[in-house]
Amino acid sequence: MRIVGAGVAILVALALQTTLAGLVIRGTAAIDLVLIVVVYIALKAGPVPGLAAGTVAGLIQDALSNPILGIGGLAKTMVGFLAGVLATQFILTGPLPRLVLLVMATVVHAAIFMGLYVLLDLRQFPNPVPSVIGQALGNGFVGVVTFQLIEWLPGFVDRRRAGRFLKR
Amino acid sequence: MALADIRQRPGVLLGAAILLHVVLISAQVNTVSGLPVLQVVTFGSFAEVQRGTMAIVDGVRNFWSGYVALRQVHAENDALKHELQTLQVRLQQEHAEAQRTDNLRQLLELRERANLETTAADVIAAAASPEFRTVTIDKGTNEGLATDMAVISPAGVVGRVILPARRASKVQLLIDRNAAAGAMIERTRVQGVVEGFGDGTLRMEYVPGSSDVKPGDLVVTSGIDGIYPKGFVIGTIEQVGAGSGGYHQITVRPAVDFTRLEEVLVVRTLAASHQLPEGGE
Repeated sequence: MRIVGAGVAILVALALQTTLAGLVIRGTAAIDLVLIVVVYIALKAGPVPGLAAGTVAGLIQDALSNPILGIGGLAKTMVGFLAGVLATQFILTGPLPRLVLLVMATVVHAAIFMGLYVLLDLRQFPNPVPSVIGQALGNGFVGVVTFQLIEWLPGFVDRRRAGRFLKR
Repeated sequence: MALADIRQRPGVLLGAAILLHVVLISAQVNTVSGLPVLQVVTFGSFAEVQRGTMAIVDGVRNFWSGYVALRQVHAENDALKHELQTLQVRLQQEHAEAQRTDNLRQLLELRERANLETTAADVIAAAASPEFRTVTIDKGTNEGLATDMAVISPAGVVGRVILPARRASKVQLLIDRNAAAGAMIERTRVQGVVEGFGDGTLRMEYVPGSSDVKPGDLVVTSGIDGIYPKGFVIGTIEQVGAGSGGYHQITVRPAVDFTRLEEVLVVRTLAASHQLPEGGE
């Protein structure tokens, strides 16, 4: 059941990512919704699910957009695994730790992704730091908000139902 | 169960995932030379494996050929040594055969030149006592040999038959103390008697002191003894001194090397002997 939920989340993120590709922070970086989903799965399930989610999501993302299949997959695999490991070692339930985690995940992802492309002489990333920072902050903000919504929404619904029941 | 075990080892999963991605990326990326990275890396890695394998194989082979196989080399070395010894013996046999053939050819030439009725014989033994200078030849009365038949060789006079048996004969060499032969100096035709001296040399006796004799003169048989045919070489005058009774004391070096005597001719009929051309051989 959790695997299905993870799969659905990845598919939704991919769908949103492909349809909302114009999500741009200050015109320099797009938010990576798939990365946010991978980090969330790792936070909730641990390193192995995070690794699996990163692999699947990254490969699909590569297949849809990147010229080389596997570079994005490798980056997201590493991020999912590391995020899962951190989640098992530290308490990452508050918005700030999660923001930091998302920023770190974005930086690591960008380092691996861009690093491999540059290393293999496939693509150049001139002045990558501002775009990476912008993407990290955007991913962090969107991710923290999304995580809070996801975790707050079920309780909110339950409370609404309970309130209606008491009014009757 | 197996899935649960794998999930307990995230490091292994991470390594597998990274490897999967690296392979996947390498299959799509080309190197500077235009070849796929996967192909280059795979070939390069496998080449290193091959290099390592070859190094190990070479090492084992070298160790085997350099150390372990030395046992076989030792055996081969022994076999080669044995073969070399066999070949050396065979070479000596061939050399001896050639020498024997040469000697026989010279004997044949001597026989034809001397026009004597002769019998060829091999020397099969030397004297049993050093006091007597004799040899044994492999022909005897069965071949018509008899006492006092002259024995000659291509180099010169050897001696005479002193004891014929049925299949062998004893030959007294000219250098024996009791041997003697009528002789003359070829250059001056001065006659005398050559006798054995026992030390391997000869003495020419009864040569008048007034006669012309000098070292280097050739001494040949005179034929007057009724044993040796006339004109066969006896030796060369080595030393001439003043003797007693008005005679020269002449030392003659034998023409025949008696230490290397192998094949000889026995002159069966002295009546058939003729005078050889002057000078000899």
